Amino acid sequence: MGVKVNCELVKKEVVAEGIYKFTVKAPAIASKAKAGQFLEIKVSKTGAPFLRRPISIYNICKEEGLVEFIFQVKGEGTKLLAEENVGAEIDIMGPLGNGSFDISDYKKVAIIGGGIGTYPLHELAKELNEKSDVTVYMGFRNKDLVTLEDEFAKVSNRLVITTDDGSYKEKGFAINFLKEDCKKEKPDMIYACGPLPMLKAVREFALEENIPCQVSLEERMGCGIGACLGCAIKIISGEEPRFGHVCKDGPVFNAKDVEI
Amino acid sequence: MKTEVNLCGIKMKNPVTVASGTFGYGREYDEYIDLNKLGGIITKGTSLKLRPGNKPPRICEVPGGMLNSIGLQNPGVEYFAEKDLPWLRKFDTKIIVNACGSTIEEYVELCKILNTLDIDGVELNLSCPNVKAGCLAFGTSYEGVKEVTSQVRKVLTDKPLIVKLTPNVTDITAPAKGAEDAGADGVSGINTLLGMKIDIDKRRPVLANNTGGYSGPGIRAVGVRAVYQMAQAVNIPVLGMGGIMNGDDAIEYMLAGATAVSIGAGNFVDPETSIKTIEGIENYMKKHNIDDINSIIGTVQMN
Ligand SMILES: Cc1cc2nc3c(=O)[nH]c(=O)nc-3n(C[C@H](O)[C@H](O)[C@H](O)COP(=O)(O)OP(=O)(O)OC[C@H]3O[C@@H](n4cnc5c(N)ncnc54)[C@H](O)[C@@H]3O)c2cc1C
Ligand SMILES: Cc1cc2nc3c(=O)[nH]c(=O)nc-3n(C[C@H](O)[C@H](O)[C@H](O)COP(=O)(O)O)c2cc1C
Ligand code: FES
Repeated sequence: MGVKVNCELVKKEVVAEGIYKFTVKAPAIASKAKAGQFLEIKVSKTGAPFLRRPISIYNICKEEGLVEFIFQVKGEGTKLLAEENVGAEIDIMGPLGNGSFDISDYKKVAIIGGGIGTYPLHELAKELNEKSDVTVYMGFRNKDLVTLEDEFAKVSNRLVITTDDGSYKEKGFAINFLKEDCKKEKPDMIYACGPLPMLKAVREFALEENIPCQVSLEERMGCGIGACLGCAIKIISGEEPRFGHVCKDGPVFNAKDVEI
Repeated sequence: MKTEVNLCGIKMKNPVTVASGTFGYGREYDEYIDLNKLGGIITKGTSLKLRPGNKPPRICEVPGGMLNSIGLQNPGVEYFAEKDLPWLRKFDTKIIVNACGSTIEEYVELCKILNTLDIDGVELNLSCPNVKAGCLAFGTSYEGVKEVTSQVRKVLTDKPLIVKLTPNVTDITAPAKGAEDAGADGVSGINTLLGMKIDIDKRRPVLANNTGGYSGPGIRAVGVRAVYQMAQAVNIPVLGMGGIMNGDDAIEYMLAGATAVSIGAGNFVDPETSIKTIEGIENYMKKHNIDDINSIIGTVQMN
C-alpha cells in the first residue's frame, strides 16, 4: 500500500558529477518500505514535464522516518529534481511495487549491480548483511563513474569493483568475476540490477547454473500503481506468456519468470 | 448548491468521472482517494475475451502529456463480472463499462452480457487508435458508427448507451449524428489523438507500436472544440474529456456543452486530480453564485 505525501528534503548530497542523493522525511513511507521498492516523484510544479519519475529507494531509516534515494540527471525531469534545495517539499508516492527482494535466511548471497543500477541494491545488502555472507559486485564503465564504494563496503563481507577499461580496481565486466567465484562456491541467491545486457547475462548464467536469481527491472511508467498497464513486461512463468507490469508485479522479479 | 447531473439516465452526484483506461477497475486508486466521492467510474476498455495488449514500450512522454499504446489489455468481460464488478459495487458511485471489440459480432456478444450485469451504463469504444481491427475502423464515419451502434442497441436494451468518439476525423459531428440516429443515449469524447515520437539517436519510434494515442493538457483545446461541435450537432448529452487537470478545465468543458466530464491522464500526475476537480467545480459555483451546475451546461456565448 502506497501513500502520497509531501516530504521535506532534509539532506542533499552530490555523490558524483550529475548524481544526487536526497534524504527526505517521510515516516509514512519509511514505516512500510521494503528493499527493492520504488517511489514516484513529482518533479514539476508547472505541469511540464507531465509525468512523475520512478526512482528506487536507496536506504530506509525506519526509526527516524527517513527515506533516501539516489538519481542521475538524465533529462528534463531529473534536472528539475536536482534543482530542489534542502527545506523544499517534494510530492512523493510510495513505497510502490509488490515485488520486492526476497530477504530470507540465506547462507551466502551474491549481489551484482551495474552503473546507476547499484543504488536499489543498497538497502537489500544492508538487510541481508545482518544474517548472510554477502558479496557485492559493482561494475562501472570507468574510474570517474565509480560511486558509493564506502557505503557498499559497509554492508557487505566482500566488495568487488570492476571498470570496463580497468581504470580502477578490477578490469572487465562484473559478471565475469561472479562467474569465477561461482566455480569455487555457488551462492544460494543472486540479486541483480543494472543495464539490460548485464541483466540478460546474469539471468542466463543463473539459469544455466541453477542458482535462484532475482532481477530488478525498469520500464516507462504512467501511473506507477498498476492502473494504466503502461509498464508491460513479458511473464513466462505460466502456461502461456502474458504481460505483467513492472510497477505492480515488480520491479523485482524472479529471473526465470521474465523475458528480458 | 446542486452538483447532481443526469447523464442520459445515469444520475450522478457530481459531473466528475474517471476516464476509461486510466483508472483500471478502481482498485489501485482506492488506496489514494475515496471512490464514493466520484460521480462515476468508467472502467478500462473491456472486451468479450481476454486481450494481451501491445508490446512495450507502451508509454512515452511528449510536451503537454503522453502517448500510450496499451492495446486494450484486459481480462475479458467474464473475469470483470466475477472479480471486479462485485468489488466496485461496494462503492456509492456509478459504474460505466467501456466496451471494445474487433468485429460487430464481438461488440454485440459483449453488449448482450453487459445488458445483464449490475452496471449503470455502457460506453461503446469506437475510437481506440491502438488496435489493428475494430474500434477506429467503425468510428470515423456516420455510416460506420450508425451500423455498430444500431446492432448494439438491439441487444443493449436495459442500459444507457454512450458512444465514445475519436477526434481523428475531419468532422466529428458526422459520427456523433450516426450514434444519435442509431439510438445512442449519449456521446463521449475525445479519445486520444494519434501521435508519434521518434528517438533521434536510435532513429526509431519510441513506442513499440510506432504510434500511440496522445492525451493530457496538450489536447484540451481540441477536446473543448470537439465537445462544443458535438453538443451543437446532437440532442443527446455529451460526456466531455481530454486534458482535464482541475475544476476550471471541467467548467470549460461544461460551458462548451458537456453534461459530465472524465479525468484521464490527470490521474497519473496526481491520484487526487478527480477529487480536486470536484472541489474546484464547487469553488467556481460559489464564486459565481451558481445554485445548480446544470444551469451552466452549454452556455458559452460565441463571439
Ligand atoms: C522502477 C524504476 C526505478 C528506477 N530507479 C532509479 C534510481 O534509483 N536512480 C536513477 O537515477 N534512475 C532510476 N530509474 C530511472 C529513472 O526513472 C529515469 O532516469 C528518469 O525517469 C529519467 O527522467 P528524465 O526526465 O530525467 O529523463 P527523460 O529522458 O527526459 O524522460 C522522459 C520520459 O521517459 C521516462 N524514462 C526515461 N528513462 C527511463 C528509465 N530508465 N526507466 C523508466 N522510465 C524512463 C521518464 O520517466 C519520462 O517519462 C528508475 C526507473 C524505474 C522504472
Ligand atoms: C493509458 C491510457 C489508456 C486508455 N485506455 C482507454 C480505453 O481502454 N478505452 C477508451 O475508450 N479510452 C482509453 N483511453 C482514453 C481516455 O479514456 C481519454 O479519452 C483520453 O486519454 C483523453 O483524456 P485525458 O487527456 O484526460 O487523458 C486511455 C488513455 C490513456 C492515457
Ligand atoms: S505504470 Fe501504470 S501500470 Fe505500471
